[in-house]
Amino acid sequence: MQAVKTIRSRTVVMATTDIDTDQIIPARFLTTTSREGLGQFLFNDLRRHADGRDRPDFVLNSAAARDCHVLVAGNNFGCGSSREHAPWALLDYGLKAVISTEIADIFRNNALKNGFIPVVVDRKTHDYLLANPGVDVTIDIEQETLTIGDDRVIEFPIDGFSRFCLLNGIDQLGYIRQQASAIERFEENRPWRP
Amino acid sequence: MTNKKTLFEKVWDEHVVVEETADTPAILYIDLHIIHEVTTPQAFSLLRAKGLPVRRPDLVLATMDHSTPTTPIASFKDLEIAGNGAAMQVRQMEANCREFGIELLGFESAERGIVHVIGPELGATQPGKTIVCGDSHTSTHGAFGALAFGIGTTEVGHVLATQCLLQRRPKTLAIDVAGRLGRGVGAKDLVLGIIGKIGVNGGTGHVIEYRGDAIKSLGMDARMTVCNMSIEAGARAGMIAPDDTTYEYLRNRSRAPQGEDWDVALRRWRQLYTDDGATFDKSVKIDASKLTPMVTFGTHPGMVIGIDEPVPDRSSDPSFRKALNYMQVEAGKPMTQTSVDVVFLGSCTNSRLSDLQEAASILQGQRIAPGVRMLVVPGSQQIKKAAEALGLDRVFLEAGAEWREAGCSMCIGMNGDTVGQGKLSVSTSNRNFEGRQGMGARTVLASPMTAAASAICGTVADPRPFLESK
Ligand code: SF4
Repeated sequence: MQAVKTIRSRTVVMATTDIDTDQIIPARFLTTTSREGLGQFLFNDLRRHADGRDRPDFVLNSAAARDCHVLVAGNNFGCGSSREHAPWALLDYGLKAVISTEIADIFRNNALKNGFIPVVVDRKTHDYLLANPGVDVTIDIEQETLTIGDDRVIEFPIDGFSRFCLLNGIDQLGYIRQQASAIERFEENRPWRP
Repeated sequence: MTNKKTLFEKVWDEHVVVEETADTPAILYIDLHIIHEVTTPQAFSLLRAKGLPVRRPDLVLATMDHSTPTTPIASFKDLEIAGNGAAMQVRQMEANCREFGIELLGFESAERGIVHVIGPELGATQPGKTIVCGDSHTSTHGAFGALAFGIGTTEVGHVLATQCLLQRRPKTLAIDVAGRLGRGVGAKDLVLGIIGKIGVNGGTGHVIEYRGDAIKSLGMDARMTVCNMSIEAGARAGMIAPDDTTYEYLRNRSRAPQGEDWDVALRRWRQLYTDDGATFDKSVKIDASKLTPMVTFGTHPGMVIGIDEPVPDRSSDPSFRKALNYMQVEAGKPMTQTSVDVVFLGSCTNSRLSDLQEAASILQGQRIAPGVRMLVVPGSQQIKKAAEALGLDRVFLEAGAEWREAGCSMCIGMNGDTVGQGKLSVSTSNRNFEGRQGMGARTVLASPMTAAASAICGTVADPRPFLESK
């Protein structure tokens, strides 16, 4: 994973609550054995009609959404299936972070492992962001802050270990493998064997 | 500091390889890793790229279920599954298992089936184990007092390479269910009722323990149905303390401990309960006797009502309005006026033998309504065989339903089994998200009995009148 330190972008807003991973990437696009190229299917069934034409009323199809890297979404973003294809598709499309009042557990885990940043904010901040699509924001991973415009600074929590890995581009598998002797000891000494 | 522990804490503490600190998550040992074709190819690619072997192939249980066809043919060997992608994925799974020395319960195996159905069925799922799978419904296995949860593909790679996972300790939520379920009201109605009460994010960050008399009186199939949908309340996992019902289920299953090992395991399993005086971070109480058959009316499992209740009106909420619009249902009216195109009996929530028996008890001697398509997909090839031995396949076929091979099928619509654009399905699966059962599909989640009654009536229907005459 590449290091991620700050993200600066205008926002694009999808106010819908409970956007599940089936909406982020429908199951029929999961018959792949690679993690590349999934951006073309991101939000497919919201983005396109059944015949493949774009839906002009879908926010990512608007001119204003072009080059936006930060998605503001309704409460409980990323619920449902554990498919890591969801953050892969978001990243491949060019999005780098999502801001919401609540982000589902497995999605958040998957996102952080791929450098896609889940930002959880309070309701007041969220309401402001929902009401002001296109506002400039800066997400600073090191400081754990979201800056809206030039001066409105909100703190948001990131798990310390994930933050460290993001800032340094650290691969978590390498970290677990460093504990190989502890794993061996555990296997030898446990009172029962699975 | 008390040494009273919850069930979850006992299992968690026993698996900590390296303790969690403020800066680092715990390293947790995994006893059973279940894998399927959809969420593993990229993990195997990672291992290959790094030149790493699978650390404990003996602790991996592999099968194929999501992309596999359910058409009734003798052998899947040369089948182009649901298009090239699915076929490639299945072939890749076979190649990966071969290369990394993992036993695969593949097409020719009589033990193949949905990941969360075969783990328990083979006796691989056991009390006190940590179990993971690249699939959110891994929570199902918690019905045995295991700590079981879904992980992403990167984490699948971590477990394959190290048999360990980085985890922050979740919080605990007790759901106490008092009373008894009424006739025609099952485990599916109970769990839908729970999700309706606490919401689709009510369990976020928590492991649920289901407790109380109503839970203790459930059989293992029903307990699995409840734990299965824990994720639909946002929870990491759901657990039920093991008891004699659990042990009787596991006794003599092929991968359960045998002989002396069984006695040793049993002594250990009997310690797996929440100590009196242990505390939970949160708790909720439910009265099972107040529940009726439940059906969803919207586009997530928390949008759920009793079969006699009208669809609520929350027109000031745009997400709510969008959901009703997608489902083409009206506020103020009960779901029983909604006509049905497809009925799906299957999925890791409700495809076990008792689910099929319950549905068959309603369908016995009846015909499904003209124009309704009903698909019955057993959760495993073993269940299929057992159901056929009981003559259930005849009941379904004579009623006009289709009897299929095991797999996920229409629960996720990856293998070509889909509901159809704009069509309405009454489904015993777990997710009614937009397009979950195929593009434009409208899904009403319900119990096997409600699904069977709906197939007969051609509208969403209450199963209880069908039981009165029996
Ligand atoms: S039956 Fe449905 S929910 Fe269960 S594992 Fe298969 S796709 Fe997932």
